[in-house]
Amino acid sequence: MNKKIKFNTKNLDLYYGDFQALKSINLEIYEKEVTAFIGPSGCGKSTFLRCLNRMNDLIDSVKIEGEIIFEGQDINGDIDVINLRTRVGMVFQKPNPFPMSIYENIAYGPKCQGVKDKTQLDTLVKESLVKAALWEEVKDRLNKSALGLSGGQQQRLCIARAIAMQPEVILMDEPTSALDPIATAKIEDLMSKLKKDYTIIIVTHSMQQAGRISDKTAFFLMGEVVEFNETPVIFTNPADKRTEDYITGRFG
Amino acid sequence: MKSEHKNAIVADKIATVILYCIAGFFLLLLAGFTAYIIVKGIMAYQPGIFSFERTGIGVELFNTVYLVLISLIISVPIGVGAGIYMAEYAKAGKVTNYLRICIETLSSLPSIVIGLFGYLVFIYMTGSKYNLFAGALAVSILSLPLLTTVTEDAIRAVPSIYKEGSLAVGATHWQTIVQICLPVATPRIITGVILAAGRGFGEAAALLYTAGMSSNVNLNIWNPFDPMSLLCPFRPGDTLALHIWALKTESMTPNADQIANFSAAVLLVLIFAFSLGSRLLGARLDRKMSGK
Repeated sequence: MNKKIKFNTKNLDLYYGDFQALKSINLEIYEKEVTAFIGPSGCGKSTFLRCLNRMNDLIDSVKIEGEIIFEGQDINGDIDVINLRTRVGMVFQKPNPFPMSIYENIAYGPKCQGVKDKTQLDTLVKESLVKAALWEEVKDRLNKSALGLSGGQQQRLCIARAIAMQPEVILMDEPTSALDPIATAKIEDLMSKLKKDYTIIIVTHSMQQAGRISDKTAFFLMGEVVEFNETPVIFTNPADKRTEDYITGRFG
Repeated sequence: MKSEHKNAIVADKIATVILYCIAGFFLLLLAGFTAYIIVKGIMAYQPGIFSFERTGIGVELFNTVYLVLISLIISVPIGVGAGIYMAEYAKAGKVTNYLRICIETLSSLPSIVIGLFGYLVFIYMTGSKYNLFAGALAVSILSLPLLTTVTEDAIRAVPSIYKEGSLAVGATHWQTIVQICLPVATPRIITGVILAAGRGFGEAAALLYTAGMSSNVNLNIWNPFDPMSLLCPFRPGDTLALHIWALKTESMTPNADQIANFSAAVLLVLIFAFSLGSRLLGARLDRKMSGK
């Protein structure tokens, strides 16, 4: 099986002011797989994730060098950021549904892109919720506020919100760290289903989670990618001593 | 160790008692003032006081609401817009700092200065007579800094996770501001609008030489472009606060004091009703968004 490369980063450096947070990252991320980024806090994994949909634009002091090739285009160059973000969706650490109805939460993105047709929006909302395994739980309360949902439901709503944009990639920044084990299991379940249609990149603090759900794993340490390989290889036969130390719990 | 612990508990109790005393004192003071004004107002009631004739305060009451309304129509869009600019677009630097100093200075200008400025610019330079619109403009200048600051704070207080969530689904900066930040900030902005309206309701000095100290209307004329019509914003018009001041200082009417007392009570009730209404509206919006 020869999978396509979705993201290809070349010598990516990122600075917060004078502090270098990412050092010469070279990673190839394949499509329709789950790629996990692991590493101790502050190692740059979330920062790197946020490069992939240009979320770092929000921070003034950030300076980025090097290339991130997405579908043949360097996204650090002069590209349409809005278009990029519709193709590369994101789910955040803390569930962040907007303070509006469940329906409006999903319809928000498409509406911002100019979709006005009610039937089209209805279909989109339903399909997205079905794909995010939330439809059965909320179909009778679509017009109720999304803030009334449980944490796990809110996070699946955020996944549905990303799906509604029909993206190619979904970035997940520690999506289960604020959830209980049952809600976490549901989200992990969902991820393995979603990877048939989407490329998923997940940042996680839980090595068990990376082991359970990812196809490939990158180990970050102090702004560098120490090791990147098939997940089973990383966890059973790491090449680098530091990777081994981290996954066996000797630090981090 | 033990006695130190005891001391801490005593200190805690003393602080609590003192704070309660301060709060109680203010509450008492406020209740006293309110009761005094309301009671004196009720005692001064006489039939026909709400009439639109010379002896009633109907016209003044209308002028007050009308002027505040016009000033809000002018100041809210500008103030909220400026607040959004300060929170979302202004880059840290010299220009922004300068702007901030200007806003702060403007907010501490005495209202008589604004009134004289208003007289110079809106009345003298345009060659017009005292009019409500000029008064509304002067009040707008007074309330602009407040609205700007409140809006800026309210927009900044919107949790960044909402903003990020919106941008992450491909919304533009402007879409994010209008559809996510503004609705979330609205309850707080409403507080600012209440305060701004309060300034308008109670303002006297800024209106002295802009809106004027008297009203001369013909209730049979309903064409808002006729300067004798009640509805015309380009006619002289005294508001309740100014009316009270005029009655208490230079009125020849025999029962001026009573009318003034009653007017004060009416003004108080008016402000209270406006605040309550706006707060209810804000609470409703808040409830709708949080789904409770």
